[in-house]
Amino acid sequence: MAENNEIRYLNPPTVEVRKKKYCRFKKAGIKYVDYKDAEFLKKFLNEQGKILPRRITGTSLKFQRKVAQAVKRARSLALLPYVTDLLK
Amino acid sequence: MIKQYETVFIATPVLSDSQMKEAVAKYVNLIKDNGGEIVYEEDWGLKQLAYPIQHKTSGFYYLIEFKADPEFVATLETQYHRDERIIRYLTVALDKNAVAYAEHRRQVRAAKAAAPAQAQEEAAPAAEEVETNAEEE
Repeated sequence: MAENNEIRYLNPPTVEVRKKKYCRFKKAGIKYVDYKDAEFLKKFLNEQGKILPRRITGTSLKFQRKVAQAVKRARSLALLPYVTDLLK
Repeated sequence: MIKQYETVFIATPVLSDSQMKEAVAKYVNLIKDNGGEIVYEEDWGLKQLAYPIQHKTSGFYYLIEFKADPEFVATLETQYHRDERIIRYLTVALDKNAVAYAEHRRQVRAAKAAAPAQAQEEAAPAAEEVETNAEEE
Protein backbone atom coordinates (compact mmCIF):
# COMPACT_ATOMS: atom_id res chain seq x y z
CA MET A 1 0.00 0.00 0.00
CA ALA A 2 1.73 3.09 -1.24
CA GLU A 3 0.45 6.29 0.17
CA ASN A 4 0.77 9.58 -1.58
CA ASN A 5 3.64 10.83 0.46
CA GLU A 6 5.62 7.73 -0.29
CA ILE A 7 5.81 8.41 -3.99
CA ARG A 8 9.24 9.57 -4.88
CA TYR A 9 10.69 10.69 -8.13
CA LEU A 10 14.20 10.01 -9.22
CA ASN A 11 14.33 13.42 -10.79
CA PRO A 12 12.14 16.21 -9.52
CA PRO A 13 9.29 16.71 -12.00
CA THR A 14 10.04 19.71 -14.11
CA VAL A 15 7.34 22.29 -14.25
CA GLU A 16 7.94 24.54 -17.19
CA VAL A 17 7.34 28.17 -16.53
CA ARG A 18 6.94 29.76 -19.92
CA LYS A 19 7.67 33.38 -20.39
CA LYS A 20 4.72 35.18 -21.81
CA LYS A 21 5.44 36.47 -25.29
CA TYR A 22 4.78 40.07 -26.06
CA CYS A 23 4.75 42.35 -29.04
CA ARG A 24 7.93 44.36 -28.93
CA PHE A 25 6.40 47.17 -30.97
CA LYS A 26 3.48 47.64 -28.63
CA LYS A 27 5.68 47.40 -25.60
CA ALA A 28 8.18 49.94 -26.87
CA GLY A 29 5.58 52.11 -28.55
CA ILE A 30 7.14 51.89 -32.01
CA LYS A 31 4.73 53.05 -34.65
CA TYR A 32 6.68 52.77 -37.87
CA VAL A 33 8.79 49.87 -39.07
CA ASP A 34 11.67 51.18 -41.13
CA TYR A 35 12.68 49.18 -44.21
CA LYS A 36 16.04 50.97 -44.31
CA ASP A 37 17.17 49.44 -41.04
CA ALA A 38 18.24 45.99 -42.19
CA GLU A 39 19.94 45.09 -38.90
CA PHE A 40 16.70 45.59 -36.99
CA LEU A 41 14.64 43.62 -39.50
CA LYS A 42 17.02 40.68 -39.19
CA LYS A 43 15.50 40.00 -35.79
CA PHE A 44 12.38 38.85 -37.59
CA LEU A 45 14.11 36.52 -40.03
CA ASN A 46 15.47 33.02 -39.68
CA GLU A 47 18.92 32.22 -41.01
CA GLN A 48 17.56 31.44 -44.44
CA GLY A 49 16.18 34.95 -44.59
CA LYS A 50 12.56 33.87 -44.20
CA ILE A 51 10.15 35.92 -42.13
CA LEU A 52 9.50 34.30 -38.75
CA PRO A 53 5.90 33.56 -37.81
CA ARG A 54 4.09 35.51 -35.12
CA ARG A 55 3.91 32.48 -32.89
CA ILE A 56 7.66 32.63 -32.49
CA THR A 57 8.32 36.35 -32.32
CA GLY A 58 5.15 37.26 -30.45
CA THR A 59 4.53 40.26 -32.68
CA SER A 60 0.94 41.43 -32.87
CA LEU A 61 -0.91 41.03 -36.15
CA LYS A 62 -0.92 44.74 -36.86
CA PHE A 63 2.85 44.94 -36.65
CA GLN A 64 3.53 41.59 -38.26
CA ARG A 65 1.97 43.00 -41.41
CA LYS A 66 4.17 46.07 -41.16
CA VAL A 67 7.28 43.98 -40.52
CA ALA A 68 6.45 41.83 -43.56
CA GLN A 69 6.00 44.94 -45.70
CA ALA A 70 9.28 46.42 -44.49
CA VAL A 71 11.21 43.18 -45.06
CA LYS A 72 9.89 42.95 -48.61
CA ARG A 73 10.88 46.54 -49.32
CA ALA A 74 14.33 45.93 -47.89
CA ARG A 75 14.67 42.84 -50.06
CA SER A 76 13.82 44.68 -53.23
CA LEU A 77 16.49 47.28 -52.41
CA ALA A 78 19.05 44.51 -51.86
CA LEU A 79 19.41 45.47 -48.21
CA LEU A 80 18.26 41.96 -47.31
CA PRO A 81 18.61 38.81 -49.41
CA TYR A 82 15.63 36.95 -50.83
CA VAL A 83 17.25 33.58 -50.28
CA THR A 84 20.40 32.75 -48.41
CA ASP A 85 22.10 30.42 -46.02
CA LEU A 86 23.56 31.48 -42.73
CA LEU A 87 22.24 34.99 -42.49
CA LYS A 88 23.57 36.59 -39.26
CA MET B 1 -2.91 67.36 -52.90
CA ILE B 2 0.67 67.23 -51.70
CA LYS B 3 2.03 64.10 -50.09
CA GLN B 4 5.37 63.30 -48.61
CA TYR B 5 7.43 60.63 -50.30
CA GLU B 6 10.74 58.95 -49.85
CA THR B 7 12.71 57.52 -52.70
CA VAL B 8 15.85 55.39 -52.67
CA PHE B 9 17.72 54.54 -55.81
CA ILE B 10 20.77 52.42 -56.48
CA ALA B 11 23.17 53.62 -59.15
CA THR B 12 25.73 51.40 -60.84
CA PRO B 13 29.12 51.23 -59.11
CA VAL B 14 30.94 52.07 -62.34
CA LEU B 15 30.02 55.75 -62.05
CA SER B 16 32.67 58.23 -61.03
CA ASP B 17 32.02 60.73 -58.25
CA SER B 18 31.10 63.50 -60.65
CA GLN B 19 28.81 61.23 -62.65
CA MET B 20 27.05 60.23 -59.46
CA LYS B 21 26.61 63.89 -58.48
CA GLU B 22 25.21 64.56 -61.91
CA ALA B 23 22.70 61.73 -61.56
CA VAL B 24 21.62 62.98 -58.15
CA ALA B 25 21.32 66.54 -59.45
CA LYS B 26 19.16 65.30 -62.29
CA TYR B 27 16.58 63.79 -59.96
CA VAL B 28 16.70 66.63 -57.46
CA ASN B 29 16.05 69.07 -60.28
CA LEU B 30 13.36 66.86 -61.71
CA ILE B 31 11.52 66.97 -58.38
CA LYS B 32 11.96 70.71 -58.04
CA ASP B 33 10.93 71.44 -61.61
CA ASN B 34 7.70 69.55 -61.13
CA GLY B 35 6.64 71.61 -58.16
CA GLY B 36 8.09 69.29 -55.56
CA GLU B 37 9.97 70.27 -52.45
CA ILE B 38 13.10 68.49 -51.23
CA VAL B 39 12.86 67.73 -47.53
CA TYR B 40 16.01 65.76 -47.03
CA GLU B 41 18.80 64.05 -48.94
CA GLU B 42 21.12 61.35 -47.79
CA ASP B 43 24.06 59.70 -49.51
CA TRP B 44 24.66 56.15 -48.31
CA GLY B 45 27.71 55.78 -50.51
CA LEU B 46 28.89 52.58 -52.10
CA LYS B 47 27.21 49.62 -50.45
CA GLN B 48 27.44 45.90 -50.95
CA LEU B 49 24.23 44.45 -52.38
CA ALA B 50 22.62 41.50 -50.63
CA TYR B 51 22.35 39.76 -54.01
CA PRO B 52 23.69 40.60 -57.47
CA ILE B 53 21.61 42.92 -59.66
CA GLN B 54 22.58 43.05 -63.35
CA HIS B 55 25.77 41.15 -62.46
CA LYS B 56 26.82 43.88 -60.05
CA THR B 57 27.56 43.22 -56.43
CA SER B 58 27.64 46.79 -55.15
CA GLY B 59 25.97 50.09 -55.85
CA PHE B 60 25.66 53.73 -54.82
CA TYR B 61 22.60 54.25 -52.65
CA TYR B 62 20.92 57.62 -52.47
CA LEU B 63 17.89 58.64 -50.47
CA ILE B 64 15.69 61.65 -51.21
CA GLU B 65 12.71 62.73 -49.13
CA PHE B 66 10.38 65.08 -50.90
CA LYS B 67 6.91 66.53 -50.99
CA ALA B 68 5.08 66.37 -54.27
CA ASP B 69 1.85 65.73 -56.05
CA PRO B 70 0.97 62.00 -56.25
CA GLU B 71 0.86 62.19 -60.03
CA PHE B 72 4.50 63.16 -60.10
CA VAL B 73 5.63 59.79 -58.73
CA ALA B 74 4.82 58.07 -62.02
CA THR B 75 6.95 60.62 -63.86
CA LEU B 76 9.84 60.08 -61.50
CA GLU B 77 9.67 56.31 -61.81
CA THR B 78 9.54 56.51 -65.59
CA GLN B 79 12.73 58.55 -65.50
CA TYR B 80 14.35 55.98 -63.22
CA HIS B 81 13.29 53.22 -65.52
CA ARG B 82 14.75 54.87 -68.61
CA ASP B 83 18.00 55.72 -66.88
CA GLU B 84 20.67 53.09 -67.45
CA ARG B 85 22.68 54.32 -64.48
CA ILE B 86 19.91 53.35 -62.06
CA ILE B 87 19.79 49.65 -61.33
CA ARG B 88 17.07 49.68 -58.68
CA TYR B 89 14.67 52.19 -57.16
CA LEU B 90 11.91 52.35 -54.59
CA THR B 91 9.49 55.14 -53.86
CA VAL B 92 7.18 54.99 -50.85
CA ALA B 93 4.56 57.38 -49.53
CA LEU B 94 5.13 58.36 -45.91
CA ASP B 95 2.19 58.36 -43.51
CA LYS B 96 2.18 60.48 -40.36
CA ASN B 97 4.07 57.92 -38.28
CA ALA B 98 6.66 57.54 -40.99
CA VAL B 99 7.12 61.29 -41.23
CA ALA B 100 7.65 61.48 -37.47
CA TYR B 101 10.12 58.61 -37.65
CA ALA B 102 12.00 60.19 -40.57
CA GLU B 103 12.29 63.45 -38.68
CA HIS B 104 13.64 61.71 -35.62
CA ARG B 105 16.07 59.71 -37.73
CA ARG B 106 17.36 62.90 -39.26
CA GLN B 107 17.94 64.45 -35.84
CA VAL B 108 19.76 61.38 -34.57
CA ARG B 109 22.01 61.35 -37.61
CA ALA B 110 22.66 65.08 -37.38
CA ALA B 111 23.57 64.72 -33.71
CA LYS B 112 25.92 61.88 -34.55
CA ALA B 113 27.56 63.87 -37.31
CA ALA B 114 28.01 66.82 -34.98
CA ALA B 115 29.66 64.78 -32.25
CA PRO B 116 31.58 61.95 -33.92
CA ALA B 117 33.52 61.24 -30.73
CA GLN B 118 30.39 60.42 -28.82
CA ALA B 119 28.84 58.58 -31.70
CA GLN B 120 30.66 55.38 -30.93
CA GLU B 121 29.33 55.26 -27.39
CA GLU B 122 25.86 56.09 -28.53
CA ALA B 123 25.93 53.60 -31.37
CA ALA B 124 23.41 51.47 -29.58
CA PRO B 125 21.54 48.78 -31.50
CA ALA B 126 19.28 50.25 -34.13
CA ALA B 127 16.21 48.96 -32.36
CA GLU B 128 16.75 51.33 -29.48
CA GLU B 129 16.89 54.17 -31.90
CA VAL B 130 13.45 53.25 -33.06
CA GLU B 131 12.15 52.83 -29.56
CA THR B 132 13.21 56.26 -28.43
CA ASN B 133 11.54 57.69 -31.47
CA ALA B 134 8.19 56.35 -30.48
CA GLU B 135 8.39 57.45 -26.90
CA GLU B 136 8.61 61.02 -27.99
CA GLU B 137 5.26 61.01 -29.66
